[in-house]
Amino acid sequence: MRAAVIVFPGSNCDRDLKVAFERAGFSVDMVWHKDTSMPDGIDIVGVPGGFSFGDYLRCGAIAANSPICRAVIDHASRGGYVLGICNGFQVLTETGILPGALRRNAGLKYICRTVGLKVETADSAFTSGYQAGQEIMIPIAHHDGNYFADEGTLARLRDADRIAFSYLDNPNGSVADIAGVLSDNRRVLGMMPHPERAADAGHGGSDGAAMFRALASQFAMA
Amino acid sequence: MQEPAITEELIAAHGLKPDEYARILDIMGREPTFTELGIFSAMWNEHCSYKSSKRWLRTLPTTGPQVICGPGENAGIVDIGDNQAVVFKMESHNHPSYIEPYQGAATGVGGILRDVFTMGARPVAAMNSLSFGEITHPKTRQLVNGVVEGIGGYGNCFGVPTVGGEVRFHAAYNGNCLVNAFAAGLVDADKIFYSAASGVGMPVVYLGAKTGRDGVGGATMASAEFDESIEEKRPTVQVGDPFTEKRLMEATLELMATGAVISIQDMGAAGLTCSAVEMGDKGGLGVKLHLERVPQREEGMTAYEMMLSESQERMLMVLRPEKEEEARAVFDKWDLDFAIVGETIPEDRFLILHNNVVKADLPLATLSGSAPEYDRPWVETPAPEPLPDLPGIDPVDGLRALISSPNYAAKQWVYDQYDSMVMADTVRGPGLGAGIIRIHGTDKKLAFTSDVTPRYVRANPFEGGKQAVAEAFRNLCAMGAKPLASTDNLNFGNPEKPEIMGQFVGAIKGIGAAVSALDMPIVSGNVSLYNETDGQGILPTPTIGAVGLIAADEEPIIGEVRDGHVAVLVGETSGHLGQSALLHEVFNREDGDAPHVDLDAERRNGDFIRANRELIKACTDLSDGGLALAAFEMAESAGVGVYLDTADTATLFGEDQARYLVACNFDQAEALMIAAGRAGVPISSVGRFTGSTVRFGRSEAPLSELAEIYRSSFAAALA
Repeated sequence: MRAAVIVFPGSNCDRDLKVAFERAGFSVDMVWHKDTSMPDGIDIVGVPGGFSFGDYLRCGAIAANSPICRAVIDHASRGGYVLGICNGFQVLTETGILPGALRRNAGLKYICRTVGLKVETADSAFTSGYQAGQEIMIPIAHHDGNYFADEGTLARLRDADRIAFSYLDNPNGSVADIAGVLSDNRRVLGMMPHPERAADAGHGGSDGAAMFRALASQFAMA
Repeated sequence: MQEPAITEELIAAHGLKPDEYARILDIMGREPTFTELGIFSAMWNEHCSYKSSKRWLRTLPTTGPQVICGPGENAGIVDIGDNQAVVFKMESHNHPSYIEPYQGAATGVGGILRDVFTMGARPVAAMNSLSFGEITHPKTRQLVNGVVEGIGGYGNCFGVPTVGGEVRFHAAYNGNCLVNAFAAGLVDADKIFYSAASGVGMPVVYLGAKTGRDGVGGATMASAEFDESIEEKRPTVQVGDPFTEKRLMEATLELMATGAVISIQDMGAAGLTCSAVEMGDKGGLGVKLHLERVPQREEGMTAYEMMLSESQERMLMVLRPEKEEEARAVFDKWDLDFAIVGETIPEDRFLILHNNVVKADLPLATLSGSAPEYDRPWVETPAPEPLPDLPGIDPVDGLRALISSPNYAAKQWVYDQYDSMVMADTVRGPGLGAGIIRIHGTDKKLAFTSDVTPRYVRANPFEGGKQAVAEAFRNLCAMGAKPLASTDNLNFGNPEKPEIMGQFVGAIKGIGAAVSALDMPIVSGNVSLYNETDGQGILPTPTIGAVGLIAADEEPIIGEVRDGHVAVLVGETSGHLGQSALLHEVFNREDGDAPHVDLDAERRNGDFIRANRELIKACTDLSDGGLALAAFEMAESAGVGVYLDTADTATLFGEDQARYLVACNFDQAEALMIAAGRAGVPISSVGRFTGSTVRFGRSEAPLSELAEIYRSSFAAALA
């Protein structure tokens, strides 16, 4: 089982994501943003949180145009698995791998706190460790997590059961309380909350661990 | 370009007194050039030279078996076993934050982070201690918004968790806010980097961001009082770029691992001047710089501007020449500037060339070592009048008044804006008591706190100084952490006034007594004087930042209060109301003496808490607001009511020191009482956590009502 974690110069949750993958049994390659290809034999690519290029422009916009993102797009389009967390979700929407966009929080302030999420679907490699409808506690930490998609896109997401998580008490103004969405083939997940920050007992909550365990069992079987 | 002639006005504008200028003439044997005058002013201002405070700082205890590096380097370093060390310091950015709150606070965070990673440590935790004017003052809201956003904007992007801090409001800060930023990092004890240069002819390398005109004269600005010309000082504030800082940190740590670094120093106050002089002076070497090689952001910069610029995210390093290519490759990887701008020279000389023209030629050691030092006259703060009898109040009304004040209401509005969990090792974030992080990959933990009660220090500088240390000690012990060492950030008014100097001297004596008794030596720190506007000084605010260790085989005390737990009070209560939160918030008075600190009792009671951690579910130290506020905060955080037997105002709201409130089950409470009897620690059962009301004697209110006030008052006050 091998995961790659992309490292942009301003990524700051790269190590945290690596640790969460490793704890679930993955071996992890850290992949530099200037690289043009993914190492061979990668089962899943993690795009971590942080401020990829300072996010002085739109969050994730410069990262989406970095050399490695070509390789991430190729990986996804070949049916590869990708997990984008926080800034990683922003990058994935900027590349167009996932629909929608992340705008400034409705309250205009950065928010870091542990929030309640509802698991909207258990039908994905990421969420199969949860029950649909299950409520979990996962931290958020972002300034631009206000998810937006137009009506048509929202309808498609709903119809195809592609909303992975929603907020129980919407902290940032996201449309339809959306906290995370899946790609068409259900192999790419983007989410604003940080499951890697709730991945062991020392974090004071470990509801995120089930995601990494579910991914591990997926690839262990493969 | 022709440099301006040296006139009396120019000398005064550089903050140099006539006798200080006479000393310059004496050292030089000639009139200084404009650039040289700028260099002297940068080195000799209060901020960089500590000329008013040095004499007293020397009296502080700074050593101990745990101390690897005390004051004098970029940050202090303390041994935490297993070849690991914690590097930490607290530093003020008060003046710039008042002028330009977002950038002032942001660059304060940037500066302290740089101090930590310059020594080879990866920053793992941040805190900040903030003091603002009254919430109703027209400037306060803008300052709070800007400062909090600036701290978050920088720290969140850089990627360090903010795990603790303080926020206070008082009219004395109406004209001068305080922004004290703390950072701590981890380093292998055998891989620490220092600033002393060594070897002649070694390349001096400039690293990081380019030099611009921002912050020219910043350190001199921060060494003066404010008046109506404050708006003109805006250009002296630096602009922060946390993304560059993050890259600079990664590149610096990577560079250190290559073995290329002989010595390294960050460019903080007085930028290139201070860093070059410090490296040369500590190594007993001279330094020659070629300014045209300095990476510049703007065109046509003069030698004066480059030497005094406080552009952020820059470092100066002495390099092993054979490693140049390897070192350059690291900085290329991170897209940062890397330029050899000079070399170390054998003679005692600070030689500045710009396009081969000599702009400054100064004796380096003298420049650094002969800064003026003053023994400022001071007067003892008069003993406060005793507090007259106070009318009784309904105790729950008293609590309501406290928790609806932004001083004691929950600060979630602030802490939500800081990333407290990045690095995924946060065990306890900011809000209640000390913050705790795990040492990555181990079961060891570090706890952090910052404390001071400025009202106490004003009333009684000696006891107030002691109390700041004692409260830090308590906050660490309450989490089960062994206090290791401290950093002091001493914020005062104009030291040329004997009363202010008296506050400073008294506080230093108190801090010294307490860190000695509690074995928390001062390993780093910073002094910020001249916090005055139109002659009005701040409350004396010697902030103490402290670090404690929780060993791998120890559990932190972070359990939750449960319905049925006994409320056990550790320590002696006499009901001291002088200078208390209740007095200030309810009676609108600030009189009486500060509570006196019995350091033996502090030590004994703190040791008792740590030694009996397995009998304690949750614990908090008693400070402002006394037993009533502590009991409420513990109850509220668990969503369980609390009943205290007493309704006596002084018992509930008195601020006697060396006390803790413990929650535990009945059997544990009994065992704790027996242990306390053996240890000679005063202890009593004062009530119970239960139900859904807060009840003091017969006075009560629903917990939900009080919680709503507590949770919403801060944001409401700022709205």
